[in-house]
Amino acid sequence: MSKQEMNWAAIDADPRFQALHKKKTTFLWGLMIFSVVYYFLLPIGAAYYQDLFKIKVWGPVNVGIVFALSEFVVAWTIAAVYAKRANKEFDTMAQGIIDDAHNMK
Amino acid sequence: MNLKLIAGAVALAMGSSLAFASAGAVADEFKWMTFMVFGAIIAVTMYITFWAARQTHSTSEFYAAGRSVTGVQNGWAIAGDYLSAASFLGIAGLISIYGYDGFMYSVGWLVAYITVLLVIAEPCRNIGKYTLGDILAFRNNPKASKTVAALSTITVSTFYLTAQMVGGGVLIKTLIGIDYHISVIGVGILMLAYVVFGMKATTWVQIVKAVLLVTASILLVLITWGQYGFSLPGFLQAAVDNPGIQKQVAKLIGDAATNMTPQELGQRFLEPGLFLKNPIDQISLGMALVLGTAGMPHILMRFFTVPTAQDARKSVIWAMGIIGGFYVLTLFLGLGAAMHVGPANILALDKGGNMAAPLLAQFAGGGADSVLGNLFLAFVAAVAFATIVAVVAGLVLAAASAMAHDIYVGVIKGDHASPQEQVIAARVSSVIVGIMAIYVGIAAEGQNVAHLVALAFAVAASSNLPAVFLTLYWKRANTYGIVAGMLVGAITAIGLVMISPNMTYPKAVLKDANKVLQGEPAQPAKEATPAKPASSFMCELFAMDGCVKSEPAKAAALEKPAKPGAAEKLAQLAEKVAGLEASLPTLTDPAALKTAQDDIAKVKKDIVATEKAKAKAEGDLKKFEGQTTSMMGLEKPYFLLKNPGLISIPLGFLVVILGSLLFRDKRSEEMWDELYVRQNTGIHAEGATAH
Repeated sequence: MSKQEMNWAAIDADPRFQALHKKKTTFLWGLMIFSVVYYFLLPIGAAYYQDLFKIKVWGPVNVGIVFALSEFVVAWTIAAVYAKRANKEFDTMAQGIIDDAHNMK
Repeated sequence: MNLKLIAGAVALAMGSSLAFASAGAVADEFKWMTFMVFGAIIAVTMYITFWAARQTHSTSEFYAAGRSVTGVQNGWAIAGDYLSAASFLGIAGLISIYGYDGFMYSVGWLVAYITVLLVIAEPCRNIGKYTLGDILAFRNNPKASKTVAALSTITVSTFYLTAQMVGGGVLIKTLIGIDYHISVIGVGILMLAYVVFGMKATTWVQIVKAVLLVTASILLVLITWGQYGFSLPGFLQAAVDNPGIQKQVAKLIGDAATNMTPQELGQRFLEPGLFLKNPIDQISLGMALVLGTAGMPHILMRFFTVPTAQDARKSVIWAMGIIGGFYVLTLFLGLGAAMHVGPANILALDKGGNMAAPLLAQFAGGGADSVLGNLFLAFVAAVAFATIVAVVAGLVLAAASAMAHDIYVGVIKGDHASPQEQVIAARVSSVIVGIMAIYVGIAAEGQNVAHLVALAFAVAASSNLPAVFLTLYWKRANTYGIVAGMLVGAITAIGLVMISPNMTYPKAVLKDANKVLQGEPAQPAKEATPAKPASSFMCELFAMDGCVKSEPAKAAALEKPAKPGAAEKLAQLAEKVAGLEASLPTLTDPAALKTAQDDIAKVKKDIVATEKAKAKAEGDLKKFEGQTTSMMGLEKPYFLLKNPGLISIPLGFLVVILGSLLFRDKRSEEMWDELYVRQNTGIHAEGATAH
C-alpha cells in the first residue's frame, strides 16, 4: 500500500469513525473495569471473607477453589466476548472507514 | 486406587529422592539422558535458527521477523516468552508447599493479558514499528521519548534478566549438578546463538519451548490426576487425606494446629492464608501484574511480528488459552507433588519449592531408581533449561533493540542510518547485552534476586504503561508528561523497593543466626489474641513515628521448652544415632529392625539439615559482623510492603497527567488525530515484508 497523505482530522470527524470510537470506548472500558474488579475480589475475599471461602460445596472443593477457577473461566470468556465483537463489528466498521479514507477531505 | 499401594510408592519415592540431594536432582548415571533430551532441543532449534538466519537481512526481519509470524505462532511464542522458570517451576512449587495460596498467586499472571488484549496489543501493532520507543515517539518528541523509553526498557529487562540468570543458574545446579558459573555462561552463549539471528530464531525457540512445556505438563497431569478418574473432588480428597500434607499444614500454622483433626489440617491446605498474609501487599502485586505485563518491552515487541492487528488479537487469545490452561494444570502438578513427593522432601532440595514439578515427573515415571522416572525427570530438567534460554533470549532482544534502534539509530543518528548499518547495530547490541547478562548473572551469584521479577513488573506498570496508555488514548498527553511520568514512576518503584522488606537487614539476619547457634529460651504459654489493625492506612504502608503496627490474630500457645543451640543439638543427635546403632544387633524382629533403621536415617537427615543451618548461620555472622544497617542505611524496612505498585503506579499516571497539563507540546497535539485514527483503523500500519 502506498502511503499517500491522508486528512486525519477529516477521518477523525467522520460520523462513522466517531461511531466506532464511541462503541469501542464504552465496550472496552466496561470489560476492563469488570475484569479488574472481578480479579481483585479474589485477594480481598481470601483475606477478609475466609469463612465464605472455606465453605465446602463439592466434597473437599470449597468456595475459594471454585472462585479461583472461575477467574480463569471469566478471563477466557472476556477474551472470547471481545474477540467475537471485534471480529464481527469493529473490524467491519473500520474496513468501511479504510475503504473510504482517501475521499475524506 | 489402592491406598496402600500409593502410600508404599510415596514412601519409596521419599526415601530414594533424598539420596542425590547434594549432586543435583538428576542422578549421575542418568545425566546423559538430560543432555540427550536437551541436545535434541538445541539441535531442532538451531536448525530452525539457521533456516531463519538465511532470511534475516533487513531491520524489519531482525526485530520483527519480517512481520510474518502468524497469530497462532505468535500466541505460542508469547506463552514461551512469558512462562519463565519462575512460573513453571515456582508456582507448582508454591502450590506444593502452601496449597491454595500458590494457586491464587497464579491467577494474576493470566488476568494481566486482559489488559494486553483490550487496550495494548492492537493499537501498538497499528502504530508501532519495533520498540516501545517507537510507540511513544509517534506523537511525542522522538529523541526525548526514545531516550526515556530505552532507559526504562533496559532497566526493566535488566531486573528481569538478572532474576532469570541467577535463578536459572541455581536451578540448573540443583537439577543437574552443573557448576553455577558454567550454567550461567552456557545459558548466555546458547541464548546469544539465537538472538544474534534476530526475532525469527528467537520466536521459534520460544514456540518450541512452549510446546514442550505444555506437553510435559499435560502428560504429568494425565498420570497424576488420571489415578483419580479425573475427578476433582476425588483428587482433592486424596490431598486432604495425605499425611505429608497434614504435617506440612501443622508446621505452617504452628500453635493453631493443636486442636485440629488430621482431616481439618488437610482441608486447611485448600484454604487461603498459608502463604500470602498481607492483602494490601497482594493487591499491590496484583496491580503490578495486571498493568505491568502490558508494559513489558519484550511482550510489546511480540506484537510487531505479526502482519496485522487482527493477528495481534488472535495471538493474545491463543496466549491466554495456553497460559491460563497451563496455570490450571499447575494446580494438579503442585498438589500431585505435595501428595507423592511430600512438601518436606521438596523443601529439602530447594527452599523455594522449585523442585516440585521435576520430582513429580520422576515419581510419575516410576521413581528415582527407574529408567522411565529418570527419563521424565531428564525431560523436565531439559525443558526448564530451554525455558530459561527462551525467556532470556526475548529479554535480551528487547534490551538490544532499545539500545540499537532507539538510542543509536533514533537518538544518535537522528534516524539517518542505512538499513545495513541498522542490522549491524542490532547484532552488536545483542552481543553487548548478552555478555552483560552473563556478567550480571555471575556478579549477582548468591544474592537475593527473587524480588527483582516483581520489581520489573512494578517498573513496567508505573513507567511504561501510563506513558503508552495515555499516549494512545488521551488527547492532551504530551512529551513533558511522558518523560516526567516515566522517570518518576520508575524511580519511585525502585526507591520504595530499596527501603522495603525485600532488602537484607543485618540486624534481623544476625538475630536469626544467633538463635540458630545459641538456641532459644523457654517460652511460657500464651493466650489467644485477636487481630489488631494498624492505627491508620498509612501505617500499613510506612513505618512512621507514632504508628501502631497491625498484627494478625494469634492462637493460644502452649508452653514451649527451650531450644538448644546448633552445637548442642548436633551432640544430642549424634548420641541418638549411636544409641540406635548400638541397639541394631539386639533386634531380631524384622519389623523392629526396619523401624530402627528408618529412625537412624531420619536422625541422620536431621543432622545434615542442622549442620547446613549451622554453617549458614556462621557464614551470616561473619558476613554481617558489625553491620547494623541495610544498603540504604536503615535498621529495618521503612516501606512495609514488598510490592511498590500500590503507590508508584498511581503516581506514574498522575505525573504524566500533571506534566501534560502544565506544559504544552504542539507536535503531540497535532499528531493526535493521526494517531487515534491509525491506532483504530490500521491505516498505514507497517506491513509485512514480502519474500
